[in-house]
Amino acid sequence: MNRPLEGVLVLEFCQFLAGPSAGLKLADLGARVIKIERPKTGDACRQLSIKNLFVDDDSLLFHTINRNKESYAADLKNADDLLKLKKLISKADIMVHNFRPGVMEKIGLDYPAVQAINPKIIYGMVTGYSNEGPWRNKPGQDLLVQSVSGLAFLSGSAVDGPVPFGLSVSDIMCGNHLAQGLMAALIKRAKTKKSVLVEVSLLESILDVQFEVLTTYLNDGGKLPERSTVKGSAHAYLSAPYGMYQTKNGYISLAMGDLNQICNIINCDISDLYTEADDAFGNRDQLILRLGETFKQQNTEYWLNLLEAEGIWCAAVLNYQEATNLDVYQHLKIEQTLNLPNGENIKTTVSPIRLNGEKLLSAKSAPALGINTASIDLEFELG
Amino acid sequence: MRPLEDYLVIDFSQFLSGPSASLRLADMGARVIKIERLGVGDICRTLYTSNLIMNGESSVFHAINRNKESFEVDLKNEYDCEMVRELLKKADVMIHNFRPGVMQRLGFDYQSVSAINPTIIYGEISGFGNEESEWKNKPGQDLLLQSVTGLTALTGNADSGPVAMGLSIVDMLTGAHLAQGLLASLYRRAINNQGAFVQVSMLESAYDFQFETITTFMNDGGELPKRSAKNNANAYLGAPYGIYQTKNGHLALAMGSIPVLGNLLGCVAISVYQDVAEAFDKRDEIKTILADHLLTETTEKWLSILEPADIWCADVLNWKQLLAHDGFKVLDMIQEVEMLDGYKYETTRCPIRIDGELLISSKGSPKLGQDNEKIIKEFNLKTIANA
Repeated sequence: MNRPLEGVLVLEFCQFLAGPSAGLKLADLGARVIKIERPKTGDACRQLSIKNLFVDDDSLLFHTINRNKESYAADLKNADDLLKLKKLISKADIMVHNFRPGVMEKIGLDYPAVQAINPKIIYGMVTGYSNEGPWRNKPGQDLLVQSVSGLAFLSGSAVDGPVPFGLSVSDIMCGNHLAQGLMAALIKRAKTKKSVLVEVSLLESILDVQFEVLTTYLNDGGKLPERSTVKGSAHAYLSAPYGMYQTKNGYISLAMGDLNQICNIINCDISDLYTEADDAFGNRDQLILRLGETFKQQNTEYWLNLLEAEGIWCAAVLNYQEATNLDVYQHLKIEQTLNLPNGENIKTTVSPIRLNGEKLLSAKSAPALGINTASIDLEFELG
Repeated sequence: MRPLEDYLVIDFSQFLSGPSASLRLADMGARVIKIERLGVGDICRTLYTSNLIMNGESSVFHAINRNKESFEVDLKNEYDCEMVRELLKKADVMIHNFRPGVMQRLGFDYQSVSAINPTIIYGEISGFGNEESEWKNKPGQDLLLQSVTGLTALTGNADSGPVAMGLSIVDMLTGAHLAQGLLASLYRRAINNQGAFVQVSMLESAYDFQFETITTFMNDGGELPKRSAKNNANAYLGAPYGIYQTKNGHLALAMGSIPVLGNLLGCVAISVYQDVAEAFDKRDEIKTILADHLLTETTEKWLSILEPADIWCADVLNWKQLLAHDGFKVLDMIQEVEMLDGYKYETTRCPIRIDGELLISSKGSPKLGQDNEKIIKEFNLKTIANA
């Protein structure tokens, strides 16, 4: 199968997660992605490990985010290197960077300068908080962006205080948005034959993630979200039974559903708490507690059998061990194996997109720092 | 010029995943026509959050479906199906998120649609894929997807039990991935006139979201994530990573050296944790000491010490505080849109800027079937369907 972005050359001047995750998406869709990295150190993510897991010289984290790419080492402060890069840029379709505002201007690789080198370039920029305003020089770090965006008041229960999402959600969403913007720009360029500028920021991306609830807030007289005060509630804006309940041997989650029907099935009396439709929201906390009393009495499987038979939207709450053993996990082929140059393998996830029925597999592991410098010099005659 | 100007998207999808993808395409310039069920429409119209009804419909529907048109049809009626087929012949993109098998029964599966429009880009969303598996027919609902993919073990503290991310995050990711597949395919079509069948599932999108942590799990002998006992913000990161209460609010601290922090904050008790490995291994101890210490002063005071020293920290804001802040105002993130009947509401805009332009649009969400007459006339559907 020919992949949709075959023939597209991407230069990635990015570190950490937001920019590189967009590069990974483009690579899996068929683009050739070359990381431009500082000699000796490279993408700082190479040394950023979780649980101290390394594969050869680089962290497993780096390997996860940067598979299916090449690496070209160049010092942006060295005139010779810069000259070579400009030649490479003249052959590229896309370049992306996530430097802080002003850095590329100093180096001479800002958008107008690059347009002069390559009038058909698609130039992507990732910032923390956009290029304007009082936050423009703040570090674009995921937890900090979550914290200023209001997101921390949506999860957990009210007594917990602010609860951030336990993943780098603003980085990841921003990477997704960047990938979208770059591909839209490719489509635009196919018509206009002219350069396109694409800008995203972590803050705008994490606000977009909240677009439904922010719209509610904006049109509801500025009423702040009120999380439930009890454990297990799963959404500040949704009524009972929406949430997760402890059972005798685990947890079960219930999505939106008809409270009376559910309580009939599980044999739980809510007649004093639920007399009209609005009570599902008004008495949310008490209802969640009441249902919780019943769910505690039997195993998860017992409840699932009862509820699923009646078409109620429910599921067991699983950990990675249980989840990766699911029949459907195997059928959808969530995992793929990367081949390392030393003959070893690592397992990771596959692109979530399927094209014409095929998964976008790629066994190519992340590049060692500068491993492709010489061959790229030769191929593009960079001298 | 917007990138997708002149593109026509026919969107059969409901709720959030599919419609969030078509919203993105609409903001990029495409014309999006929602195909909605006769008399009922997108069920999201009546999916109220905090019981808020705006001009007869849910706030969520208004947020997701602005900048679109509505074509109300009965897909069990052959005459209506014929009209939809005519639209599909002219379409560049089609989207649906029906359960497996539904589109085959209705005659709008990829095979049937590509037979009448070979270069169409056909997008399909499922909950758990279309492969034969025991979960094929399970409802693709966000909280259920969070629950079965291990995601609820990452947020909150060690003793919190499972904690959901308090938004339909899997829906949004799936929509984002679908939009990517569609855009990549549209690009290929612009180059070589090739159609495409793009499929995403919520399950695969939920794992893509967790690609860092699940890859760690796969290569770490199957060790499960362990959240910290207090102030957890990432199960895989050491102290101080987290949000802390202060005398008058909260303070977020990202990665940083413990001894350096100890010195700056005047917290001698954590300065003894000199070894880098201790930041992870002893994070519960360190966080407990730090949490007590940070209570003694205001957020502003701590920021005034930490920011000049380039420590990665931030205030923790709610929406009221955020919306009042210049850092937010400068983004111009809010736009006002207007429905055909004159009803106006505020919502956020597309997060992507192209050629320095904000991708705003004043067009509000459509009332059910509001564009039937116009579309029938414009595409000459009546005569075609009668023929």
